[in-house]
Parts: sequence; structure tokens; C-alpha cells
Amino acid sequence: MANSIIELKNLVFRYASATEPCLDIASFRAVAGDRVFLYGPSGSGKSTLLGILGGVLAPQQGEVTILGQNLVSMTSAARDRFRADHIGFLFQQFNLIPYLSVFDNVLLPCRFSERRLQQALAGGATLHAEAERLLSHLDLGPALWDRPVTQLSVGQQQRVAAARALIGRPEIVIADEPTSALDADRQASFLQLLLRECGEANATLLFVSHDRRLAKDFKREIDLSTINSVSHEQEAA
Amino acid sequence: MNHLLMLAVRSAWNRRLTLSLTLIAIALSVTMLLGVQRVRDEAHQGFNHSVTGTDLIVGARTSPVQLMLYAVFRIGEATNNIRWQAYKDISASPMVAWTIPVSLGDSHHGFPVLGTELSYFEHFHYGDGDGLVFSQGKPFKDTFDAVIGSDVAEQMGYHLGQRIILSHGMGMAGLPEHSDKPFTVVGILAPTGTPVDRTVHISLEAITAIHLDWVGGAKMPGFFIPSEFVHKFDLTPKEVTAVLVGLKSRVAVFRMQRNINDYEKEPLLAVMPGVALEQLWQVVGVAEKALLAISAMVVVVGLSGLIAVVLAGLNERRRELAILRSVGARPLDVFLLLTAEGLFVTIMGVVLGVVFLTLMTLALGPVLKSHYGLAIQLQWLSPEELKLLAAVVCVGLFASLIPGYRAYRLSLADGLTPRI
Repeated sequence: MANSIIELKNLVFRYASATEPCLDIASFRAVAGDRVFLYGPSGSGKSTLLGILGGVLAPQQGEVTILGQNLVSMTSAARDRFRADHIGFLFQQFNLIPYLSVFDNVLLPCRFSERRLQQALAGGATLHAEAERLLSHLDLGPALWDRPVTQLSVGQQQRVAAARALIGRPEIVIADEPTSALDADRQASFLQLLLRECGEANATLLFVSHDRRLAKDFKREIDLSTINSVSHEQEAA
Repeated sequence: MNHLLMLAVRSAWNRRLTLSLTLIAIALSVTMLLGVQRVRDEAHQGFNHSVTGTDLIVGARTSPVQLMLYAVFRIGEATNNIRWQAYKDISASPMVAWTIPVSLGDSHHGFPVLGTELSYFEHFHYGDGDGLVFSQGKPFKDTFDAVIGSDVAEQMGYHLGQRIILSHGMGMAGLPEHSDKPFTVVGILAPTGTPVDRTVHISLEAITAIHLDWVGGAKMPGFFIPSEFVHKFDLTPKEVTAVLVGLKSRVAVFRMQRNINDYEKEPLLAVMPGVALEQLWQVVGVAEKALLAISAMVVVVGLSGLIAVVLAGLNERRRELAILRSVGARPLDVFLLLTAEGLFVTIMGVVLGVVFLTLMTLALGPVLKSHYGLAIQLQWLSPEELKLLAAVVCVGLFASLIPGYRAYRLSLADGLTPRI
């Protein structure tokens, strides 16, 4: 049996301003190399779950074990470092820092995490070369590397963001609707690139979307609204 | 830490248009603050350096400040003179090393005329103990010789040998003239940065001579004594306006001061220049303190503008902050990032303000010197100015904590998914 990468047990989360919990998950588990499609319609507690997995939110009850470490017992600063070291994030759009170059955007996790920096250098090359390798794998040719990121198309921006999520080989990549701003053709090709690169990097991919059509490429599909026993209420604002 | 600074700088550069406007506002306010401080310093120093080496200044009994004003700065007029005998008595004191009699009241195109003796050129000192130096010519010898200060020479375009006519009384225009007794410029003094530069010096005898045929501030009708005959009269002055006194030993200054103040034949006042100058400065100082306070307010306004701009931009940057959070930035990092940005702009503003000040000193220095007698020169920042700049940076830092804290709260609330 494969190693458990993410494990949630009896998780209950309630926002400080709310009276009712917005997340109550009895059990969730993802193993090494897993490709999980998490179906999360709006109101299902998706953002909250991502916040908990990323360590920016701490649940009131339950266990959050990632890579064998219990996030709940960590300080918030330790969770921030843990996120930087082990998780690559990818959002729906406007994923890039507009005033940084393509390379500085890609290398951003290496600035905050010594571990990601060392792993990016582990291939024997320079940081720049590693960024170039990822960008090339994601079909971003050298002609685009020196452009201001604001001049890239949305699809190109998402691939830069994917390179950023993958650099330094984090064990987990969490993608939050990364394709929602792309048209159907580009959605499919972006998804293939992402799946391929996660496979190559041996990263566990947690792909969150409200678009079920994308689920066919994943080994596993989970409906957040079924594992979250809080009824379909509004997410806390 | 380094990467945060890099991010702060790049982020600020990205919004350079809006930030540069506040940057210029801060720079100009810093220029104003430093400029006021510099003019203040220069004025204060010029003030204290207008007379040095003189132990006592003696005049008719009045307030010390007023005595300084007319005897040293030629501002206002003496209400009373002191008799020649009193001057003789003071000079004869065994404690006294030298005396300079000063007789005021006439003018030349607005420049004060000062009657004195040759001891003036020997014993009058200013600045850090500098004596008077002739740039051209020599002290007066004949009755109708005049020695002019550098500003008089420059502004009137006078050279040696120039014939000048003095006016009776102080003021610019409409004064009766001593046109029957013209003077000849025989000496021009080097610049001193003191009221000396704006003074026409003649002998005490000359003062007596030009007033021989005058009574009560007007020419006596039908009575005229040509220049060549004045020597037939006794030209010993009857009065002088004030006396500068140098003592053999400074230890005796309080004794001598008491002696003069207790002089029985007429009421006299002796003041120590340093003490009276400080008193005078305290009067003048209120205005310059107010000016400095206003400049400080302007700096605060400039910094408020900066904070407003950074805060206003913050909402549009929530996604940027969320991205930074996702790659591992702590809320503390976000706080530092925004604070660093405000601090960075403040420091740039201070540096630019110093550059502006330098440029303005180069451009306006000559004008200030010739019109207001303020010698503002290029110089390193004084400790006092560095303190002011440090205060600006500190206020900038504290002000920048506001957007820093706001961003910290936002990034805690937003986490990885900004609600915009």
C-alpha cells in the first residue's frame, strides 16, 4: 500500500465569525502519486479546505496529516514554511506577480524555501537552467521568457504558474480551478501538460474544479459535497 | 530578507508613476525642512559672528537688545548718545585695552554711515576672530575720506576715488543731503558677511564737519561752511552713539560692566555682546521656530500622501499578496513587504530632498548672499540636519507600519483565496 500523503480525520472547521462549522470531513486520504479530482461546486467549502491543506487555516477539531506531519500541532509560521517546502499551488488566473519577470515568478518558491531551492539545484544545473527546463517542458519557448508576464496570454501565464508550482519538486501540487479561464481546447492540453509534469516530478496532484468534464483524466474523483457533512451552505465570506 | 527587499523595490518600481508623485512631494518637503534649517543656522551664526573679540558694548541707557540692534546691526536709531567725556573716561580706564567709538545717524543710498576712529580697522573683529581686511585702498586719513564695505562697493559699483554724497538721517529717499561736502572713497573692505559690508565708514571728525552748519536736523539758512574751511573749527565730537570696548583681561569684564553701569555723570549701559546677541536671537528666534514647525508639518503632509497612496493600492494587490502567501510568505513577510515599501519611498524622498537642496543652493546661493546677506554654502549635512533627516525617516517608518499592518490583516483573512 502506497504511503499516505494527505490524511484528514474528523476534521471540523468553523470561521471565527460564523456560528456553524463550514467543513466537517470524517476522512480523506491521498497517497503518493495520486491524481485526485476534487469536485467542488461553490459553497462546498472548497476554499476553506485549500486553506487548511495550505496551512493558512487551522481546524478546531481533527487531524491534518501531510507527509506524516501533523499540521494542527504546528505554529502558523511552521505551517507557512511547511507549505513553502512541500506544496506547489496553482490558482485559476492572475497567478503571477505582475512586476516580476517570467523567471523571477517561477523561482519565487525557491526564495521562500531553502528545501525547494536545494531540490531545484539537485539536478546539477543552475536555478535558471531548472526554470528553463520546466518552462520548455510546459511548451513555453525561449521567445517568451523575456516578456513581461503581463504580456503573456492567460494560457501562457498558467503554464508559467505551473512551472512555479513544480519547481523544487514539491511532493504535492494543489491546483484550484487552473483551467477555468481557458477555452476548452486549451483546458485539455494544459491538463495533459500538468498531469505529465506531475508524473515526471512524482508529485501528488490535487485538482479542484467545479467542471466535472475534466475528471475523466484522473484516477480518482471525489465530490467534496459528499465527504463534507455540512450541508450545502454558503461559504463564510 | 533580501528577497523581500527585492520584492518591495520591484513592486514600488511597478507603481512608479503614482509613487513618484508622492516621492516628489516628500522630497520637496524635505528640501524645505533642510532649507529652513540651513537658513536658520546661517542666520544664527551670522548673528553670533557679527561681532567677536569685543568685551563690552556701551551706549546710552536703553535695553541691551536695542543697543545691539543699532550699535552692531545698524537697525533702528539710538534714542540717546553718550557724551564725548564719557567716552574719554571709559578709554582712560586701566582695565581697557582699546575702544572703538561709533557714531551713527547718516546714510548713503540706504547704507548706514558710521563715524569712527582708526582703531576700528585695527580692533574690530568678526566671525571666528577675523580682522577687517582691505581688498583695495587704505583706511581714511583726510577728513573727507570714506571706507566702504564690500556690498556698498558691489551694489553701487564704486571704485577707489569715487566721490559720494551722504544723506542726513537713515532711510532710502527724500533725505536732505550733505551735498556741499562730498567724500572720496579711499578704501574698500573685503567681504565679511556682517553689517560691516553694508556700511560707509568715515572719521568722527568728518561727522562733526558735515554737521557744522546744521542745526536740529536741517541746514541753517544763510550759513555755509565750505569743505576747505572746516579745519578752522574744532572738530572734536561732542557725542558718540556707542563704544565698543576691548579689555586687557576678560576676567575684568563684570567689574568694568558694573563700573560703566554705575557711571555717575550720565546713565550708561554696558552689555556683553554674546549675552545680548542671544537675547536678541530669542526674539527673532520665535519666527524661525515657527517656520521650522511649518516645514515639519509639510513633511507630515507629504508622508500622509504616501500612506494614502500605498493604502489605496493595497486592495488591488490582495491577489498578489495571496500568491506570495501560497509560495510560502508568512503574514509577517507581507507586513514587512508593505512597511519596507513605505520606508523605501521615504528614504528615496530624503535622498532626493538633499539633492534638490544641493541644486537649489547652487542656483539660489548667490541671490541669497547679495540680497539677504545669507551665506548659504554647499556643505555636508550637519549633525543637526542629520537628526532632522533621521526624524523624517522614523516618522516615515512609523507611518509605513499602517499599510504594513493593514496588509498583514488582509493576508490573514484572505489566506490563499482573496475575496475580491
